[in-house]
Amino acid sequence: MSPEPRSRLQRLLQSGEFVVTCELEASDSADPEPVYRLADALRGKVDAVNCTDNSAAHPHLSSLAAAHLLLDRGVEPILQLACRDRNRLALQADILGAAALGVRNLVAMTGDDVTAGDHPEAKPIYDLDAMHLLRIARIMRDSGTYLSGRRLDRPPSLFIGAVENPFAPPIDYRPMRLGKKIEAGAEFVQTQIVFNLERMRTFMARVVELGLTERVFVLAGVYVLRSARAARYLRDQVPGIDVPDEVLRRMEGLPPDRQAEEGVRLALETIARLREMPGISGIHLMSIRGEEAILRVVEEAGFLPRPAVEPAAAG
Amino acid sequence: MRNTLDRRPPATAPRPGGIRRAVLAIERATKEAIWDCRMCGQCILHSTGMSCPMRCPKNLRNGPCGGVLQNGNCEVVPDHRCVWVQAWEGSRRLPLWRDHMLHVNKPVDWRLQGTSSWENLLTRRDAHAPAGWIAYEREARA
Repeated sequence: MSPEPRSRLQRLLQSGEFVVTCELEASDSADPEPVYRLADALRGKVDAVNCTDNSAAHPHLSSLAAAHLLLDRGVEPILQLACRDRNRLALQADILGAAALGVRNLVAMTGDDVTAGDHPEAKPIYDLDAMHLLRIARIMRDSGTYLSGRRLDRPPSLFIGAVENPFAPPIDYRPMRLGKKIEAGAEFVQTQIVFNLERMRTFMARVVELGLTERVFVLAGVYVLRSARAARYLRDQVPGIDVPDEVLRRMEGLPPDRQAEEGVRLALETIARLREMPGISGIHLMSIRGEEAILRVVEEAGFLPRPAVEPAAAG
Repeated sequence: MRNTLDRRPPATAPRPGGIRRAVLAIERATKEAIWDCRMCGQCILHSTGMSCPMRCPKNLRNGPCGGVLQNGNCEVVPDHRCVWVQAWEGSRRLPLWRDHMLHVNKPVDWRLQGTSSWENLLTRRDAHAPAGWIAYEREARA
């Protein structure tokens, strides 16, 4: 698993570094300043930053624009592309456009349904599924053509990733489905938020047993809770997240002014346990309006300083 | 056969006549009744545990999304069982094709919506895939 790295993230993973990525708070501003501010705060603290694509089916500043703004400030972006809002023409156009702007990491996903967002009347597209999008990114990169077979003058140079949820039914199928995503084209994967360590351990054991960690880098998702209310929200309002009762009890057992502290501690404990699990190559951090909490976790987990690696040559 | 279908948006295609019309009517009546079939015209039921993937609100052809609820129901229609949970369970009960759950199914050809998958199978119309897709698969196998 050592092709010429396409991105700094890929270079770090191939060198055996335990990587840290995080999610960029989506912007609702036509002013680039909020993205620049976050970029400046995160630069040098994490290895790459995910630009979400209308997360939770709410429109925000486009992931492509956010990725471009991050590049402006010297932060390596990971472009998320969801199948919910665009058909195969638009998705391919964005893959090519992203590569032309200097984006070198891509994560393909299906996307939350429009009914989960603030525009439930919208027409959901789903022309493709995430598996198709992964394969098409590989076709564009490796065959140098569009899906139609029409030649690209210059293929996009991208490190191609997927997402997987080890915690959603059918549980037994999830490791195989990850295998299928690798078959479709994934080279790294970011998992859904890990609260249920037992299930994560079972999932990873099976993933290792299937030999998948020889072919894909697994980054485990970790959420930094800032309140008990956030934990309850994730459990009840966000489909696909498994928040065990003990996590909820732990957060709710404390007065509100101490819950944020507990959230950081919980994230640090989760990271420590995940680092012991065979097959995990890094952590993907998430929080809502919580870049300070993310930065604290990065520091206290001992991830600093991040290794200095030159960005992969543009190509 | 292919040329007569190629550029026509599905909703405006004239209804077939004669024997083709009869085949379409029989397929629709039986498959809708048994599998709640959505007549995509490119049937992969045998690969998906006899659970029609077009019933998935996201039209997923390659497995469940990450939003399946903890009780195995759909995130979009929470009182319905996830089509892909049914597909997984169904595929374990089938004597054949169990490994098809590991295959990457090609993107949907939306021009075939509302046509007979039986006819498309016989005429090989459903074997069509975009040239880039076919070339990549051929290279990957080589």
